[in-house]
Amino acid sequence: MILRHTTKEVKERTALTVNPAKTCQPIGAMYAALGVHGCLPHSHGSQGCCSYHRSTLTRHYKEPVMASTSSFTEGSSVFGGQANLLQAIDNIFGIYDPDIIAVHSTCLSETIGDDLGQIVGKAKDDGKIPEGKHVVQASTPSYVGSHVTGYANMVEAFVKYFSFNTNEKIRQVNLLSGWVEPSDMREIKRITEMMDIKSVLLPDTSDVLDTPMTGKYKMYPKGGTTVDEIVSMGNSMKTVAMGEWCSKKAAIMLDNKCKVPFSLTDVPIGLSATDRFVQALSTAGKVSIPEIISEERGRLIDVITDMHQYFYGKRVALWGDPDTLIPLVEFLVDIDMKPVYIVSGTPGKRFDKRMEEILSEKVPEAKYKNGPQADMFLMHQWIKEEPVDLLIGNTYGKYISRDEGIPFVRLGFPILDRIGHSYFPTVGYQGAIRILEKILGEIMDEQDAKSPEESFELVM
Amino acid sequence: MNQFLKDRETQIVTKGKQSAEIACEKKSLAGSVSQRACVFCGSRVVLYPIADALHVIHGPVGCASYTWDIRGALSSGPQLHRLSFTTDLKEKDVVFGGEKKLYHALSELIDKHQPKAAFVFSTCIIGVIGDDVEAVCRQVTREKGIDVIPVMSEGFNGTKKDGYKIACGALSRLVGTDDSYKPSKYSINILGDFNLAGELWILAEYYKKLGVELVSCMTGDGRVEQIRRAHKATLNVVQCSGSMVHLAKEMEEKYGIPFMKVSYFGIEDMSDALYEVARFFKDEEMMQNARELVREEISQLLPALQPYRQKLEGKKAAIYVGGAFKAISLVKALRLLGMKTVVVGSQTGNADDYKLLKELCDDGTIIVDDSNPNELSEFVKLTGANLFIGGVKERPIAHKLGLGFCDHNHERKEALAGYVGMMNFAKEVYASVTSPVWKFINSPT
Repeated sequence: MILRHTTKEVKERTALTVNPAKTCQPIGAMYAALGVHGCLPHSHGSQGCCSYHRSTLTRHYKEPVMASTSSFTEGSSVFGGQANLLQAIDNIFGIYDPDIIAVHSTCLSETIGDDLGQIVGKAKDDGKIPEGKHVVQASTPSYVGSHVTGYANMVEAFVKYFSFNTNEKIRQVNLLSGWVEPSDMREIKRITEMMDIKSVLLPDTSDVLDTPMTGKYKMYPKGGTTVDEIVSMGNSMKTVAMGEWCSKKAAIMLDNKCKVPFSLTDVPIGLSATDRFVQALSTAGKVSIPEIISEERGRLIDVITDMHQYFYGKRVALWGDPDTLIPLVEFLVDIDMKPVYIVSGTPGKRFDKRMEEILSEKVPEAKYKNGPQADMFLMHQWIKEEPVDLLIGNTYGKYISRDEGIPFVRLGFPILDRIGHSYFPTVGYQGAIRILEKILGEIMDEQDAKSPEESFELVM
Repeated sequence: MNQFLKDRETQIVTKGKQSAEIACEKKSLAGSVSQRACVFCGSRVVLYPIADALHVIHGPVGCASYTWDIRGALSSGPQLHRLSFTTDLKEKDVVFGGEKKLYHALSELIDKHQPKAAFVFSTCIIGVIGDDVEAVCRQVTREKGIDVIPVMSEGFNGTKKDGYKIACGALSRLVGTDDSYKPSKYSINILGDFNLAGELWILAEYYKKLGVELVSCMTGDGRVEQIRRAHKATLNVVQCSGSMVHLAKEMEEKYGIPFMKVSYFGIEDMSDALYEVARFFKDEEMMQNARELVREEISQLLPALQPYRQKLEGKKAAIYVGGAFKAISLVKALRLLGMKTVVVGSQTGNADDYKLLKELCDDGTIIVDDSNPNELSEFVKLTGANLFIGGVKERPIAHKLGLGFCDHNHERKEALAGYVGMMNFAKEVYASVTSPVWKFINSPT
């Protein structure tokens, strides 16, 4: 047993995180920046940070992930990283020629007091930023928030820098999808197109982190939200912001800066959240919901009806990021499962409140925790106290799954040991059917493997 | 190649065209898309395989998350090293210091897991915020009665290679602390093998057949107790030029234990590693055992390699790995498969390594230090390579370019050391280079 060290009794910990259910801000900033066309993410810190983020994203997407680093030295940690960043900006535009450099800070550069805004300003004054090129920056120290907040900060930085209200309203809706997969971003665009709404999605990692194999390597793939599109977001009718943690900041920025109002909804995972999303789209785009979308919804409900007996009463443990956990937990409740344990390393007070709203009546026994010490060790302890029927979360659940013999659906970030997340969405009604398919696959495989011969069933 | 960073020109040479020595052991240029990691990464990967020690990462969460169980360093017993422990520092810790948090974390973990020793890794901001990690470690050592060893591996404080050196320093605090052990006359330590995919177990078996006792391996399948008595061994056998030479040198000075550098990749280097050890002990029976072992292994291996060689003959390979010593072995191993190395580079090679590489390679081979994806893809295009050997970040680039790929880094799934490793290597290279997928790249339209 790899996790033989987990004890059953839960003891209050204050100083220690074991097997974290989160990682640090900069990787989120890097992921968000990859979803902007012609953008090179830049890590202002030690070389290792950049290397770790690239490796993790590569393991998750099986795609090249490009980002540059300020390569801090001992000198920079004493005298500040200004010289490094100025030189980096110079080198990057000279050699790698991106349209945009998206700089994010790290714990080191923040602790020594580097002011990214001031350094980028100096680069501009010194003529290091060529005509028509841009340097966007976001503050993302690793000791604040989590990878999720890093993502939110970078998205906010893009709209803050580019979006502009020229007083010509465009019949277009801004979409802030939150941290979802390239496949999900495609699906969100597809749904929006089906509703005949012109939209700009920011960021958009489809055609960046799911690129076709052509025998050629392109440093800047064809996907990503373009500068023109981000600029035009300032003239849109409305913003539909999905997920409080990932998208609210940028939505507020667009509202404050460009007077584009927003409606905050959940990431459209599962039935109810997709209902709300579609409703929000219809309001924002001033269109009615087309029949074709109602049909997709109907198919989802049909699957739920047909398979309800397999979902009913099953106890589920989940971990991951708040914006995906909230609609996912709600979906499980909608299909009559019992999400009993939920952890997220990402802090944020609204988490408890949302979980309570969803769970207090239907699953009063549920335990949930987010922020410090809400880690996979705690999750395992809860499971040891009283087991569950299913695990849903990122790859790091595989130890618990193996040691405790619990079926496991991979969903979230990172997924280091399976594929599919890049190609098959889990958002929208169709995505919800995929989630159900995955859940059923695991539950039924388990039943097939464990049931005694006499009750082994052909038809399920 | 005008698009390459001008200042990098000295770090790229083509054999037969430029006579200049390659520049290496330089800091990466700010702004480069370097494939290199940091000091912390170097220390972490070296100490990680010690399975019965506690590894606590003192800093914000990221460094612990990204290094949680990513190295396939196998343990035959404890699995404690595969968990991720961090003090998960927050803004208020950055302001008020993280010493207390570290103290509590260590005390709690040691009580709970009863490890044989503990390593505390300092990450970037620890030095900057002024935590006295040494003092905390001393205090916990006193209170708990186990060695709690600070590893001052702040990421910015050099390169990954400096991290190796710091890890060696940490190990040397354990070496020599158990004098009670009496090994046999013919005893060695293996340094610089990390038991990826169980490679140490293959090597241990070979040495056993020679009649050599393995006192400790640092650090593959490592145990604190073995490391404590490592100074009792007669010889240090060191693999991988970068990571463990510091410790070998120190043990030579301190305990008078000589060391030899070896490599276990490919037939030539593997056989040399066995012969050299036998030669060192000046024991005819051992030499006889070595000859027999090599003869037996090779007599099976060579014919088995033949079908692969036939298919791979004339194909070209590009190599970009962490340490240059490995690259040297790979050039030879590829040659045995009839393949030619057209690009070879490393993240951390030194002047001696590159000199050796230059001697070894054919004219026209591009030799490069601290490269980046743009360069690498350009080199591959220029040379028409069919295979790329590298690590996690290079794999998808190679695939996008339509090249076969072999992971010779942490994520190798098959043992590549020893004779069986050579066979695995041949199979892996063959499978990837001759995969039917390559013929579908160009769409029929």
